Amino acid sequence: MKMVTAVIKHYKLDEVRKALTDVGVQGMTVVEVKGFGRQKGHLEVYRGVEYEVRFLPKVKIEVAVPDEKVEEVLQVIMDSARTGEIGDGKIFVYDLEEVVRIRTGERGHQAI
Amino acid sequence: MLRVFLLLTVAFIPSVASGADGDINAADTTWLLVSAALVMLMVPGLALFYGGMVRRKNVLSTLMHSFIILCIVSVLWVLWGYSLSFGPDFWMIIGSLKWFGLRGIVSEAAPAAPTVPHLVFVMFQGMFAAITPALITGAFAERIKFSAVVVFSVLWVTLVYAPVAHWVWGGGWIGEKVGALDFAGGTVVHINSAIAALVAAIVVGRRKGYLEEPIVPHNLTMTFLGASLLWFGWFGFNAGSALSAGHLAALAFTTTNTAAASGALGWTFIEWILKRRPTALGAVSGAVAGLVAITPAAGYVSALSSILIGLLAGVLCFLGVSLKPRLGYDDSLDVLGIHGVGGTWGALATGLFASTAVNPAGANGMFFGNPSLFLKQLIGVVATIIFCFVLSLLIFKVIDWTIGLRVSEEDEIKGLDLSQHGEEGYSL
Repeated sequence: MKMVTAVIKHYKLDEVRKALTDVGVQGMTVVEVKGFGRQKGHLEVYRGVEYEVRFLPKVKIEVAVPDEKVEEVLQVIMDSARTGEIGDGKIFVYDLEEVVRIRTGERGHQAI
Repeated sequence: MLRVFLLLTVAFIPSVASGADGDINAADTTWLLVSAALVMLMVPGLALFYGGMVRRKNVLSTLMHSFIILCIVSVLWVLWGYSLSFGPDFWMIIGSLKWFGLRGIVSEAAPAAPTVPHLVFVMFQGMFAAITPALITGAFAERIKFSAVVVFSVLWVTLVYAPVAHWVWGGGWIGEKVGALDFAGGTVVHINSAIAALVAAIVVGRRKGYLEEPIVPHNLTMTFLGASLLWFGWFGFNAGSALSAGHLAALAFTTTNTAAASGALGWTFIEWILKRRPTALGAVSGAVAGLVAITPAAGYVSALSSILIGLLAGVLCFLGVSLKPRLGYDDSLDVLGIHGVGGTWGALATGLFASTAVNPAGANGMFFGNPSLFLKQLIGVVATIIFCFVLSLLIFKVIDWTIGLRVSEEDEIKGLDLSQHGEEGYSL
């Protein structure tokens, strides 16, 4: 099992969620985050004075997936979150040791 | 002991039953009571205006600065503030302490407002005394000790506000000898607070990280609400300064609203042109700039003049605050840029646009054939600036040498809410 984590643009969240549920993903976690990558920051103006804000707001989604579905999920996220502009975000994939469904105690694939 | 105290207390209670009040006008009295309440609302309005502009770790401390000053000055005003400002005159410099504790102020009419009870005038003026030091707190926000704010407000209202109020309105030399016009406090409130703010910013020093990292407002919706309450309260501030409910109040109400709107438009459009985007903070700051500028002029100029006064206030104050990063000091929330620039412009604009056609009790300005009024206005402005600068410098230095003005670096990083008050504005 893998944990697929993607940092994406806010307004792409709904598209990504829909695309993932369409290929059978049954759950995800969403967090609002700030950070920077190649896009760097942006300028904000308060009372005529410009401030370079270095950390941009993004959305981070986390999806637990069985090994055989990882490639498909990556493709779906890429397709739905991409605009082609700098700042589309990144996907990180980790090994996932264990999953437990709290209500039933099911483990592993059963619990995803 | 208790008996002595009770006797004293009774001696200080104004006697409502005695005295004649034949000339008291109910409409004037009602309007001035409402106006006093409107000006009171400006203080929490200001607190919200400022509170939204600081970082989230300092929101409560910034709200507290204005609120505690309202409380301190309300009491101080009754004790000696009113008497020093408006009490029987000494050499056109200061009022006497004859009315300490409002002793002797009974049911007679106010000397400055013959159709309202004296106490109504006392309370109306007390609100002005409260908001003026509260305006200054924008300069030292996010790094000042709470104890320093408390001591500062007592000293400053006593040593700076009271004399200047006396000079301009209480029978002192600027109003009586020079003959400068200040309808609702352009010099007394706005220039006065702005100069003290400049001194504070210099003595206290910059916030840690100023100009090195972005220090940006944490909640502009709060600032928006605060500015709107300021606009609302300003009707009491300016139209109340007519001290009657009639034509003059109506004129001041009209010019006030028009200048506020014009100021917002001026700032919005100049920002749109020069910085590409019209910001919400800019629009509300422009409205405040317009309100500041019309304050000394409100009852002396026409509605058309108030459009120009407001528009230019928005533009000038925008340029003023844009200059700040190049000037080196950290007046955190632009007290000088808005109240100093707008107040000075308004005081001088009164010398240009004042017209006896709209208010026969006023004077004509330069544009109506009387250049001498402009000079009188200039004298009022310069005198206020010099006096306020020197006295404020002394007050802030003395506080710095004794109890200290500034929190430790650790406390500043932690934020004043936690370090000074032991609480947080937002929890999740």
